[in-house]
Order: sequence, then structure tokens, then C-alpha cells
Amino acid sequence: MLNASLNELSAALAQKKISSAELTKLFLDRTARLNAALNAFITVETGKSLAQAHAADERIAKGDAKPLTGIPVAHKDIFVAKGWRTTCGSKMLSNFVSPYDAHVVERFNAAGAVILGKTNMDEFAMGSSSETSFYGPVKNPWNQERVPGGSSGGSTAAVAARMAPAATGTDTGGSIRQPASLSGVSGLKPTYGLVSRYGMIAFASSLDQGGPIAKSAEDLALLLNVMAGFDARDSTSVERAAEDYRRELDRPLAGLRVAVPREHFGGGLAADVGKAIEAALAQLEKLGAKRVSISLPNSGLSVPAYYVIAPAEASSNLSRFDGVRYGHRAKEYRDLADMYFRTRAEGFGAEVRRRILIGTYVLSHGYYDAYYLKAQKIRRLIADDFVAAFKQCDVIVGPTAPTVAFEIGAKAADPVQMYLNDIYTIPANLAGLPAMSIPCGFGKDDLPVGLHIVGNYFSEARMLNLAHQYQKATDWHQREPGGIQR
Amino acid sequence: MKWEIVIGLETHAQLSTASKMFSGASTVFGAAPNTQASGVDIALPGVLPVANRGAVERAIRFGLAVGGEKVINRRSVFARKNYFYPDLPKGYQISQYELPIVKGGEIRILTKSGEKAIRLTRAHLEEDAGKSLHEAFRDSSGIDLNRAGVPLLEIVSEPDMRSAEEAVAYARVLHALVRWIDICDGNMQEGSFRCDANVSVRRPGAPLGTRAEIKNLNSFRFLEHAIEFEAKRQIEILDDGGKIVQETRLYDPDRDETRGMRTKEEAHDYRYFPDPDLLPLEVSEKWIHEIKAKLPELPEAKRKRYGTDFKISPTVAIQLTASRDKAEFFERSARAADIIMFPAAPQDIAFTIVGELAGLLNEAGLEFSESPITSEQLAKLRRRVLDGSISSKSAKEVLAEMWVGKGDPDSIISAKGLKQISDRGEIEKIVDQVLAANAKQVEDYRAGKEKAFNSLVGQVMKATQGKANPAQVNEILKQRLAG
Repeated sequence: MLNASLNELSAALAQKKISSAELTKLFLDRTARLNAALNAFITVETGKSLAQAHAADERIAKGDAKPLTGIPVAHKDIFVAKGWRTTCGSKMLSNFVSPYDAHVVERFNAAGAVILGKTNMDEFAMGSSSETSFYGPVKNPWNQERVPGGSSGGSTAAVAARMAPAATGTDTGGSIRQPASLSGVSGLKPTYGLVSRYGMIAFASSLDQGGPIAKSAEDLALLLNVMAGFDARDSTSVERAAEDYRRELDRPLAGLRVAVPREHFGGGLAADVGKAIEAALAQLEKLGAKRVSISLPNSGLSVPAYYVIAPAEASSNLSRFDGVRYGHRAKEYRDLADMYFRTRAEGFGAEVRRRILIGTYVLSHGYYDAYYLKAQKIRRLIADDFVAAFKQCDVIVGPTAPTVAFEIGAKAADPVQMYLNDIYTIPANLAGLPAMSIPCGFGKDDLPVGLHIVGNYFSEARMLNLAHQYQKATDWHQREPGGIQR
Repeated sequence: MKWEIVIGLETHAQLSTASKMFSGASTVFGAAPNTQASGVDIALPGVLPVANRGAVERAIRFGLAVGGEKVINRRSVFARKNYFYPDLPKGYQISQYELPIVKGGEIRILTKSGEKAIRLTRAHLEEDAGKSLHEAFRDSSGIDLNRAGVPLLEIVSEPDMRSAEEAVAYARVLHALVRWIDICDGNMQEGSFRCDANVSVRRPGAPLGTRAEIKNLNSFRFLEHAIEFEAKRQIEILDDGGKIVQETRLYDPDRDETRGMRTKEEAHDYRYFPDPDLLPLEVSEKWIHEIKAKLPELPEAKRKRYGTDFKISPTVAIQLTASRDKAEFFERSARAADIIMFPAAPQDIAFTIVGELAGLLNEAGLEFSESPITSEQLAKLRRRVLDGSISSKSAKEVLAEMWVGKGDPDSIISAKGLKQISDRGEIEKIVDQVLAANAKQVEDYRAGKEKAFNSLVGQVMKATQGKANPAQVNEILKQRLAG
């Protein structure tokens, strides 16, 4: 059951081979055993989860089940869930119990899925290693001295360690794809606007996008069917007809134009990762895909542009955490200003404070044009690069991250090195394009490598098709970390 | 040399939507603290704003009223104004900055010195902040977020006004206009319509002087007094060789003076940037046309029409168009009048409306739409004066009866026996009788005693129980005595 696909779990539930309560308990027990070592979950509430599981079992008994009914799903602790503590990895929200459900949580609840718990993450999703969490770093199940990537590292570690069959994540600059790559699982960031941001605690509103994390592309498609859809409460939510993201899974890849950007094989890419990517490309060609070469000339500007835009929006989005209405408040203070200073200095960790400072600076009078406005122009150029590229290809592939998982603490003191981890993933966020990462082999120290797939707007079904065909021909996605007690 | 006062106004009009600018919470005034604050209004983690279509529509209505289609920006942008304050839950206010929904337009005012156009810089949509409550608490402050997120239209004028009188005239016309086009209830006590005045002084022709901004003036009287005080204060400083400091000041009505607010140690940098949670606000031509089609005839157009159609003076026209109710009342009355027989009827009706009737309604705290006297009844009453059926004095008596609900003026006139005798033959008969019975007075009059004439008039009036048409009595008496 721990290695079963969502379809298999669904079938097992339908055939009464297992109840949702048993299945939920199976994963809760495993989480209870492994979480002390991996720290993938911030909050687990056995009682709440089992209550949902029992309700799901009743629904199954009544013949009212949907594909995900009774299946436990872990939610990144950035999605608020009614009655659940929702911390966003921060001390600031260590006492915050949400009075409402995020749209994504609502969707999963309506589908009959069971909330397995809230997963650990970089504080306010700011990080690429899941080390900035107030609740301690997440360990990579493949090697517990390594990071799982971030910021959705709790979710990817949970899926990799089979503590959860599936999980949700969010991706602002690579926060689903990079940890998926480093943890050896599959993750998808949909087109901006496809999944409602309502109830997803904002980091950088124009870049944030929620998406699924699972063991396979087939599972991702099933999860995306639940997550995607218009929500009037999010003004940036896209109003379009619902689609079944599984519909193209079995399409042959013959004739699919797969592009490799010349810029992706530059100096920063580790040789072991490059080798795995080349092998994956060869596999895709074997499956009938046609390889073309393209250029994304402005992609080199994406990291600096991102580190202006994202902190700018974050500095404003995080202003609401002021100790006045909810969340952490300093115990002692002299006056209002002192209350703000102390509350925010105590409540936010170093990385969050750094980004608030950067964001405040780039929006300041006299600097706005030089930084924020210029970054927005670069963003436009990067998006235009993709528009041109998609005239020549159907999907763009390459490495998700420049290296395999690095050691905990290795980059914690060097923010720029840390930021460069997202060099391949950030352009898709700036352009609002859908992108995903799937396991495609192993590099140095037997650590997983992820293949990055970027598609045109709303081409999720086609990307999942490519990923599924690749996964049918390979078994990288079925490998599980050794050394973890069963 | 004389000083010239320069004034520009920033007016916040609360838009009359049922729900808030970016949330579904109610905007009704006076509810218990924090009972009308949704998750969006208290800025829970994860909530998002959704712009209120009704508020946008009202802003477009305003733009159409002050400048037509050309002043409506087809694309405007919501921006965040960032600052920390406990009554600002998100730590930023959503407003419009570089691209407001309305750019330009004008408001025409009338003062002693004539008509003048005050140009508008812009009007933009924004949300109100909450309210800090300091009084009821010890060692702490309370926050009421009912007002947080209430939709506002901030209307910014050019510094085109040159006196407190002009500023008040502008504020009054604007106040009448926002109510006229039904975008704001105009309730100044509840803060639905409030002005900030930017005041500076200069030598005529010189560049603009340094200005002081006087905040939150919520009555026309305060606006007038605050500007007068502030201008005088600045002139005194300059006359003494001093310099004006740019600052924000508050008007204290109890002491009738403006006072500088505690200056903050550092200048605010609001770090405006486009709100990424809201898409640029795009308004279609179709929508603008739909809104335009539903727009009522504007006060400006009505005033012009009253001048040409009814020869109503600009001063009276301004009073008639103080509200839509009042103008409609007037128009219904004027329609009911017989302007072929009595071309001056509309002017006569207008005087009664802005005079006696407005006085009665005001005293009773009623709107024209709530008047116990209908426009048709009023027209009929004034017709009876014009056709000589009753005297102007009796008309007042009839109006008083109509006010208390006695209904039709004709039945009141007959019930109270107020109808004048205007039948020439009948008056002549009575005059002849009076002249025959008062030979002495006739003699006195003819001998040059003017007083005797008044006595004879009195006798005629007495004989008719005061019902004879006095003008006719005068005329016939003179004729008979001369003969």
C-alpha cells in the first residue's frame, strides 16, 4: 500500500480491500515512526484525520466515492485549513489556528480526501532547502545529512519516504520542482492562475502557484483534476472550462518537439546532473520525441529579476504579521513602534527578515525605477523569450536544479549560492508557465536527479503525457530511498 | 501688495455600495465594533481582495458626470500604499496611484463674483482604514474594523479656488453632485463626505506658496472657518517675514483654529507598487455606454434648461438643483402649471419652492420626496394667486393648511372662504354703494386728503369681508373718484 499509486489505492478502497481509516492509520503510523528523523511534518492530528477517514468510508459505503475519496493527502503548511494550526513554517504563526479553509483544501475535502497533516517548509516559503523553518530543517530521506530542497521540502520528503501517498506544495521560484528533484519525486507547478491562491499564505502574489507532489505523473494528473479550477475569491484565478488532465497520458510521443535551451548547459551545471539529463533526453528521443535546440537569451537575468520582484511583493504581503490581530506578539514593549519592532524581529527568521529588507529597499522612493520597474521589464523579456521558443517546440526540458541534494548547512550562510539553486526553475514563474520535475536518474552519492519540463500556457495535459510516457519506459520514479526502516 | 489665497480640495466620498471595496462585508454605519469585518477586512493569512463592481460603476458614473467619457481611464491600476498602523490590517491600503480611474473633469461653481470652473486632477478608488478608539480604554487602544475596506472615491481638485467662499461653493456643488448621481449618501456627520483642504498664499502672479494640508473637515462651516483661519495665519507669518512650513494640520472647531499635527520624525515613504493580487481594472466601452445611458440629467444641464425654458435666474436654479428630489419636484410643478396663460408661473413656483416650502421641509427634517404637499397641489395653489382667485396673503394660509394635510387648495379656499371677488361688475356695484354712503370721505378726498382714499378702500373691503381683489378695488375707486 505504501508504494501504491493513487489509482491503485482508489481501487483498493472501492473493492473494500482496505478502509480509508486503515489506510490513513497506516500512513499516520509511518509518519509517527519516521517524523522524528525526517521532520517532514509540522502538525499531525490523528483524531482529525481519522474522523475525515471515517466520513470517507461512509461515503464509499454509500457508493458516493470520487477518485480521491478516502485517500490521505498531506498539505504544505502554507495552505490554511479550518481548525488546523497553520504556521507557514514561522514562529510568527506558531499559535495561529485558521478559521477557514484554503480553496485547495476545500477542493480536497469536497473530493473526500483525508488531511494527513501539515508539512514542514522554509519559513513563508522563502528558501531552497527547507532549512529556514522555525520548526527545524527537513531531512532528505535519501540521505539524512542532505537537504530535501525547498521550500516544499516537507511535502517532497513525506512522499519520498512514503509517509504520504501525495501532497500539496507551492512554487514561487521553484519551490515544488526543486525539492521534487532533490527528493526524487514528481511535482508540478501549473500555469499561473490555474489553482486558486485563496487561503494559500502569500509570499510573492504574482509568482505563487499551488500544485501537486506525488510519486508519478499519473498521480499528479489525478491531483491536478481536484486542485485546478476557477475561484471568484482570487482575482488572478483563470476562468476556463474544467479539463481532465489524464486525458492525454497515453498519447504516443512520436513527433513531439522537445527543446533544450542552449543556456541550460552552462558553467553552473554539475557533471553528474548533466549526464542524467542527457540520458533522459536520449530516452525521450527513443520514445519518438524530436529534439530541437532553442535559445532563451534573457534567462540569465531571471535570478536577479526574481530577487527584486519576489522580495518586493513579500515585504508588503508580510506586513499583516504585526502582532495586532493574531499570531506572535512580543511580550514586552514600550509603545506601538516598539511592539512592531520586537514582534517582527522575534517572529521572523533571518531569511525572511533579509527578504523583507531587500523588498522594502527596492520599492523605496528613488530606487523603484532602478530596481522594481527594471525587474518588471526583464520579466516581460523573459516571457517573450518563451513565446518565441514555443513557436519552435512543444516542451522545453533540462535540469531542474544544478546539483543533487547538498548537505544541510552547506549553503545556509551564503544566500547567493542558495538562490542560484533556482536558476532553472525561476524563469517559468516569471513567465507564469506550467513546469514540472520528474525523477530521471541518480547522480553523485546516489542522490536523485530531476528532469525539468516547461510547457506552454495551459499545456499541463501534454506535459503530463510526456512525463507519463517517460515513466512508463523507466523506473526512476518507483525507486524509494534505502536505509529507511519499513 | 495684497495676498492671494490658493486652495485645492481632496474629498473622500464614501461610495454607497452594500458591501466593501474588496470584501463581501456590509458597509452599514453604526454596527457594534468589528461585527462587519470579514477575513479579508481583518487580513487573515491567505485572504485575497476582489474589487467591487458596484464601486467601480459608481466611480465611472462620477467621471461621466464631471467630464464625460474622455476622463474615464479604460485601464486603471490598483496600487498598494504601504505603512504600519493598527487600524490598517494588511499593513497597506489598496488605492490607485499612477493610473486612477478618472483623470480630469471639472466642477462649475457660482459665487458673488460669478461662475467659475474648478478643474479636477483625478478621482480614484480606494478602501478606508479602520478606526482607532482611544477613549474607552485604559493603557491600550481599541480597534474597530467595521470601516476598514469601505469603498471611497477620492476626488482631487486642482488648486483653482481663491477664497473660502469658492471652496465652500465647490464642496457644496460636489456634495450635491455625488448625491444626485447616487454614488454617495453625502452624510457628513457619519463621515461619508469629508474634505482635506490644501491652503497656501502668494502674491498674485507669483508661483504657488508652501501649502498646509488641513485634514478631515466634515462640515461646510468647518471648511470655511478652517481655510479662513489658515490663510490669515499664513499671511501673518509671511507679513512678519517668516516662512510657511509644509505640514498637515487639524482644525479644532471648539477653538476655531488649525493646529499642526505632531510631526513625524521621518517622512513617510509609502512604497507604492501595483497590487499583484488585483488585475489591472479594464472597463469596456460597452459598460461605459450602459452606465451613461442610465445617468440622470445632470444638475448643470438642468440649470441651463431652467434658464432657457423658464427664465429662472442662475441663483435660484442652483438652489432648485441642490438635490434631484427638489429639482424633480420643481419640474413636476412647472409641468402642472399653465404657462400659456401664466408665463411667469414657473418662476413663481420656483420662488415658493426655494422659499416657503424648502423652509417648512427643512424645519421638519423632510426631503422633497417626502413633502406632504404634492407638486401638483403647489402648482394649483400658485395658479390661484396668479389668476387673482386669492391674495398672496391668503396663499400663505392655504399653504399652511395644505402642509397639515388638508389636501386640495381649492377646497381649502372655499372652506375658509378665501376666494377673492374679482368680478368687475360686482366690485363696481359695491364701490358705488360705498361711495354713496360716504359722501364726506369722497369730499375729503377730492379736497386733497389722500388718507380718505384708504378709508374708502377699507370700507369696500369690509363690505366684501376682505374678499375683494385689492388691486381691482383700487383701480375702480380711482376711476370712480376721478369721474
